[in-house]
Amino acid sequence: MGMTLTEKILAAHAGKERVEPGELVNCRVDLVLGNDITAPVAIEEFSKIGVKEVFDRDRVVLVPDHFVPNKDIKSAEQAKVLRDFARAQNLTYRFDVGTMGIEHCLLPEAGLVGPGDLVVGADSHTCTYGALGAFSTGVGSTDLAAAMATGEVWFKVPQTSKFTYHGKLQPWVSGKDLILYTIGEIGVDGALYQSMEFSGEAIARLSMDSRFTMANMAIEAGAKNGIFPVDEITESYIAHRLKRSYKVYRPDPDATYAAEYDFNVEEIEPQVAFPHLPENTKGISEAAGVVIDQVVIGSCTNGRLEDLRVAASILKGRKVHPEVRLIVIPGTQQIYLDALKEGIIEVLIQAGAAVSTPTCGPCLGGHMGILAKGERALATTNRNFVGRMGHPESEVYLAGPAIAAASSVLGRIASPVELGLKEVSTVA
Amino acid sequence: MKLTGRVWKFGDNIDTDVIIPARYLNSADPANLAAHCLEDADPDFPSKVQAGDIIVAGKNFGCGSSREHAPLALKAAGVACVIAPTFARIFYRNAINIGLPILECPEAARTIQEGDKISVDLETGTITHTATGSTWQAKPFPSFMQELIGAGGLIAYTRKKVTGHA
Repeated sequence: MGMTLTEKILAAHAGKERVEPGELVNCRVDLVLGNDITAPVAIEEFSKIGVKEVFDRDRVVLVPDHFVPNKDIKSAEQAKVLRDFARAQNLTYRFDVGTMGIEHCLLPEAGLVGPGDLVVGADSHTCTYGALGAFSTGVGSTDLAAAMATGEVWFKVPQTSKFTYHGKLQPWVSGKDLILYTIGEIGVDGALYQSMEFSGEAIARLSMDSRFTMANMAIEAGAKNGIFPVDEITESYIAHRLKRSYKVYRPDPDATYAAEYDFNVEEIEPQVAFPHLPENTKGISEAAGVVIDQVVIGSCTNGRLEDLRVAASILKGRKVHPEVRLIVIPGTQQIYLDALKEGIIEVLIQAGAAVSTPTCGPCLGGHMGILAKGERALATTNRNFVGRMGHPESEVYLAGPAIAAASSVLGRIASPVELGLKEVSTVA
Repeated sequence: MKLTGRVWKFGDNIDTDVIIPARYLNSADPANLAAHCLEDADPDFPSKVQAGDIIVAGKNFGCGSSREHAPLALKAAGVACVIAPTFARIFYRNAINIGLPILECPEAARTIQEGDKISVDLETGTITHTATGSTWQAKPFPSFMQELIGAGGLIAYTRKKVTGHA
């Protein structure tokens, strides 16, 4: 019997010929990641293990991005713990204000993750790197501590479900809409403990940025990881970035899947997830009209160049609604610079957007756009849980950048079609 | 080890933002976490909960962020054990790693009500309703995880592995 993509990568990193779902394996990791919220707890636990140095200073990356630039004194103290540790351990890759970005936008861009890698990060959206054909998954601080010390992590081999997307994308539909639609179909625990393997001709045409968005939200279906096959689009993305050699794995034709889902993307319109779960999705035709106070375009889900391009294509020559605050947060310094060179930033500022330095900021209710009681935001982020972006009685609606930009102009949840706009291309 | 406690009941998909909102994550101090544990689901919970109490919740408990602050907050608030039909996988690992007992048992999670008194035998996974005497059997942990729990959590287990002593 064949193996799925995830089973092959886990087997290779466990030094085994093959693995079976349910089996417990000890795996070598290629990269471990922490941030300013999770790393301080991990660093304290690391100090109890009895080793002085991390297992490999090239393979431990700590990114201060959640409450950085430091939002208050306590956050500054936490970030300092991370900074001091990174300096003391002489970590090879160090990122900070001015060179950093949101971790899951940054690591692929910096060439630190490649196909076939096994990555763990103390951040649930570590699953983002599955877009590159890597096995990557979120863990907690204690797992991070043990991985920093030993370079190994134990896993229960997950069952894999296969998600195949057929057809040609509708106008204004991007990876965000496909993954929101999928979560709406299977629920927030629809892939609990499982690997989500994405495939199909619609995926083959999907840009790298849209693939990152889809892999990023695998956790919102409860999955351990989301993973894409490696193709020319992947190869072209890593060509001038990746710092290490890599290995491409492919699923066997006779691999066993727990479930197989087939979607015709021609039937999928832009999606909006209503409060307070990412599974509460509706097509834009059923979602339009909700009045909003704030729009956030950014995060590890949708803070990449493609997202900013789509937003600018809609906001060009238009103004943000006077009752709406539009906050745009490029995912990394490089994305910010690229957007600046393309004229995107100017378009956004002319429209009335506030553009910020990279940070997770408002996505998790940290800073840079917290909601008051009763306020509503539409965001390109990943979670709309109770209190996620501020007051427990505020609301978050999730969508892709096209809906976000159009809504910021109209002051209510809306499609770019309402602005007389017809088409945007998000294919590579 | 046998625990006996009073039950607080919660619904499906209790996420880690609700268990401990990110606005309190600028500190990992257990007292700070305990003071705000589950306040967005029930503002009075931090003041009502007492050491030894047990949470019985719906499916997918602990979904969302990887913050270990979530099981740490529950533990610091005095919660002795969480029973649910299923747990989100990162929360599951975190709870095992830090020594917060969790049990998967759909039947118990369905039947037990808020305010009930129950006892839990962590070795056998048997859950007993004090008033009615009804019992339920939780899913047993795989032997490797029992080894982890027995060693005192992942850090103690790893210390023994890398240094050769506990």
